[in-house]
Amino acid sequence: MNFSEVFKQSNQLCKVSPDGKYLATCVQYRLVVRDVETLQILQLYTCLDQISNMDWSSDSLFILCAMYKRGLVQVWSLEQPDWHCKIDEGSIGLVSSRWSPDGRHILNTTEFHLRVTVWSLCTKAVSYIKYPKACQKGIDFSRDGCYMALAERRDCKDFVSVFVCDDWHLLRHFETETQDLAGLEWSPNGCVLAVWDSCLEYKVLLYSLDGRLLSTYSAYEWSLGVKSVTWSPSSQFLAIGSYDEKVRILNHITWKKITQFEHPATINNTKAVVYKEVVKRPAVCSDDLSLHNITIGNTLFNTQSKYEICPTPVQLPVVKPDPDRANPKIGVSTLAFSSDSRYLATKNDNMASVVWVWDVQKMSLVAVLEQTTAVRCFQWDPRRPRLALCTGNTKLYLWSPAGCVSVQVPTEGGFQVQSLNWHCSGDSLILLGKEQLCLCYMDNDQEDK
Amino acid sequence: MGEWWTTVPIGTSMGNYEISSISHVTMSPSRQNNLVSSLPLSRSSYNVISAFCTEDNMPQCISYINQELDSLGLCSTRIEASSPGGATINTVPALNAMYEIMTIHRRNMCNLEELEKDQLKTSSNLDHIQMNNSRLKDQLELSIREKSGLHETERQLQLKIKTLQSCLKTEKDEVQKLQSIIASRASQYSHDAKRKERETAKLKERLSQLLVERKDKKLAMDVLNSLGRSDGKRSHWKTTKTTASHEGEMYKSLLNDYEVSQRSLMLENAELKKVLQQMKKEMIHILSPRPTRDDSLDQAESDGEEKVGDSSRETLDQSCEQAREQLTNSIRQQWRKLRNHMEKLDSQASKVQNQMESNKEVAQRETHEDEMERMRREVQQCKEFIHAQQQLLQQQLHTSFDDETAALLNDCYTLEEKERLKEEWRLFEEQKRNFERERKNFTDAAIRLGREKKAFEEDRASWLKNQFLNMTPFTDRRRCSSSDGQSALSIRSEPEMRMSSTKSPPAKSSNHAAFSTPKPTQSATVPSTTELYRTLRLIPDGSSSRHSKQGCWPESSTIEDGDFRVKSNRIRCGDLSIFSLGGDENSLT
Repeated sequence: MNFSEVFKQSNQLCKVSPDGKYLATCVQYRLVVRDVETLQILQLYTCLDQISNMDWSSDSLFILCAMYKRGLVQVWSLEQPDWHCKIDEGSIGLVSSRWSPDGRHILNTTEFHLRVTVWSLCTKAVSYIKYPKACQKGIDFSRDGCYMALAERRDCKDFVSVFVCDDWHLLRHFETETQDLAGLEWSPNGCVLAVWDSCLEYKVLLYSLDGRLLSTYSAYEWSLGVKSVTWSPSSQFLAIGSYDEKVRILNHITWKKITQFEHPATINNTKAVVYKEVVKRPAVCSDDLSLHNITIGNTLFNTQSKYEICPTPVQLPVVKPDPDRANPKIGVSTLAFSSDSRYLATKNDNMASVVWVWDVQKMSLVAVLEQTTAVRCFQWDPRRPRLALCTGNTKLYLWSPAGCVSVQVPTEGGFQVQSLNWHCSGDSLILLGKEQLCLCYMDNDQEDK
Repeated sequence: MGEWWTTVPIGTSMGNYEISSISHVTMSPSRQNNLVSSLPLSRSSYNVISAFCTEDNMPQCISYINQELDSLGLCSTRIEASSPGGATINTVPALNAMYEIMTIHRRNMCNLEELEKDQLKTSSNLDHIQMNNSRLKDQLELSIREKSGLHETERQLQLKIKTLQSCLKTEKDEVQKLQSIIASRASQYSHDAKRKERETAKLKERLSQLLVERKDKKLAMDVLNSLGRSDGKRSHWKTTKTTASHEGEMYKSLLNDYEVSQRSLMLENAELKKVLQQMKKEMIHILSPRPTRDDSLDQAESDGEEKVGDSSRETLDQSCEQAREQLTNSIRQQWRKLRNHMEKLDSQASKVQNQMESNKEVAQRETHEDEMERMRREVQQCKEFIHAQQQLLQQQLHTSFDDETAALLNDCYTLEEKERLKEEWRLFEEQKRNFERERKNFTDAAIRLGREKKAFEEDRASWLKNQFLNMTPFTDRRRCSSSDGQSALSIRSEPEMRMSSTKSPPAKSSNHAAFSTPKPTQSATVPSTTELYRTLRLIPDGSSSRHSKQGCWPESSTIEDGDFRVKSNRIRCGDLSIFSLGGDENSLT
């Protein structure tokens, strides 16, 4: 495993182009595009203000930079550095900006969710979509880029509009049986739309592309409900994480529950492997200290850690949430299927330092990763069943069915990994610190062995 | 205070009275004593105070005493004055009377004593009963107290229940109230939320109107030059045609998806069907041999089902509803049967295990008991034996005294012995004769063998000569072929004989050996002689063991010679050989 040198970035805006060739990073009001292989700067663009959001177009030709404070969006072309485009939303404000799947339209959501403005870079045409709903996930494009589902709110009722992304033709418009729609997500095959209610009610609705209600699922009543919803890449399963600390898996034929994964504080399952991160103080490796402690004091606090396999039963650390606060820190908030739909990684919010890995084939717990600190982010390798996670310290953690490893990021200045992103090839990993970024290259041959 | 004081004496007097009454009861025997004691007192006063009888009133006294005696029931003895008006009395009746009075007195005294004893017993009894009574009273009191205590606790518990029930009621009320409050709050909240939402919607509307009306100059897009579409096509106008095409596209994609899912389901279904088929086949395979061992009824059933299964298998390829149903049904049935069978096996296994476990102990005990029984029996036998021996010894000893009977008995024994010896001798003679006959037979056979061997030698010599003389084979083919056929026949019959002999029960080996012996004489080959020796060695053993059949075998062997040759032609397949063998045996015996 190799690490690149550290680069500057701000707002954790750093993205690899969809084709995997370029790396775009924002530093204050500048946009830097590098070659992923050589890390040499290919282009450097200067925006009008500090960039709040940045995104690649689907064809990797354009980069969108949004400056929400100014209500501005600037688009840059990689092929034609001279070409420029500036979209000004004016006094109506801007809270969100994104590409349409074809990479020729930009969808801006205005302040107060007054409307969604669709700007065409081809025809300079502007279209508005009124009444978008301000919610957890109000817009979703189907995987093939053909359709867009948009949550709307009119007359205190929830609606879903399905647009054809090609010419923004409204294909379907239907009312949903929700009290307060919280989010919607297309199945990866683009034929089923999952819609879920706000946390006050456990309700998941499944709509066909043509607006027919396929099924309704509700696990319980009178308690805080759905917290997160994820489709498996094969569209076979719909995983629903909820406030009762359980994940329920629905199948795609009957839309009934196949199984549920519980997140108990004590693990009695003898088949699951419990990896516990154990920290060692760096007093042992004094030569390491002598090298760095003069220059940066931070390394003093760097610790070595490794995983130990704990024999079950294992008691996990649980933080009791404050019941009087809104959005209590309990329940399954993060769900992620591995690219082969074989594994599911979950995180229960009242056990923030624990990541659970489930085998979807066997419908059982495979591994539990108990970290010393709260897990910030985890992501599956887009090619292999390999999970990378970070906990806001100087280490990168990897899990694969073969085992678990913790890697110290060998950079100066106490690089603390806040977030991470896999390169689409699965060969490298982008680690994002507070102000820096670093690339981590996997030795895949070794890994495969 | 005064009253207090005044009441006390009454109490005491009451107590006294009670005590006196009790003492009165208890003291009663002592009063009797007093009475008794008063008697001698009166007697002592006899001298002092006027005496009962004086010389003056003697007759009166006598009459009085007589009266008294009469009243006492002693009428027989009458005291009479010896002389009327005399001072003396007739002593004899007087003494008699006195004696009787004395006896009466003594009896009375005895009675009194007994009564006193009784009295004492009853008094003690009474005491005991009183004690018992008091104890029981105490118990009663205690139980009453307990009862009251229990009553009290029950009352308290009931009170508690009542309070709890009231609590529950209030709680329920509270819950209901809270629920209603929650409901009202929820409705209010939703109402408010809706109102707020409407307001915000209105505000948003207003805001957007205002923004639109202001003709925001800034709202603009500044593009250097517009781009081509990512797919390279030009954009179309929105027409009904495009909407229709969109619809079409949508349905196409939906249809595609359904097709894909259907295909996958079909595949899955087919696989499952295959699995079912295989399962069924295996089930049939497992189940079918079982009934042959078990019962014919089950077999018939399974046969019927097999037919059903076969038919379903045939029709399955058409994948029609009926076939599927049939298949699942038959599978279900088979499965049920299998399960039943398994359960049966399970239960059997468990039973056997249990039996084994119990048997181990039982067996041990049984063997132990058997051993004991055997030993006991042996002991018994030994005892009997000893007894018999003793008896015999005694008899002998007894008989030794009278020689006559002993001689007679001895004579009897010797006679018996002689008879037995004679019988044995006769048997021996017979055996000897048999042996002789056998030997003769064998010498005959040997002679014949020698003759045949000679003939064979001659034959061979002539044949060799022929062979030598005319190397061209067509000179004397006929003779040659005939001899060849004979030898071939004999050779062929040889292994067959061996086969039949191995197949036959070993008890009959002597017979086979008997009719295998002539064979070598026919064929006159080298191995046949060794066989002859073998049989020679065999025959005496066989004859000694089965002398009863010896008488008939030489004739039968000769018959067999001819017979066998005929039969050997017939014997070709295994079944026939067995059959023919059976026939041979029949003919032999």
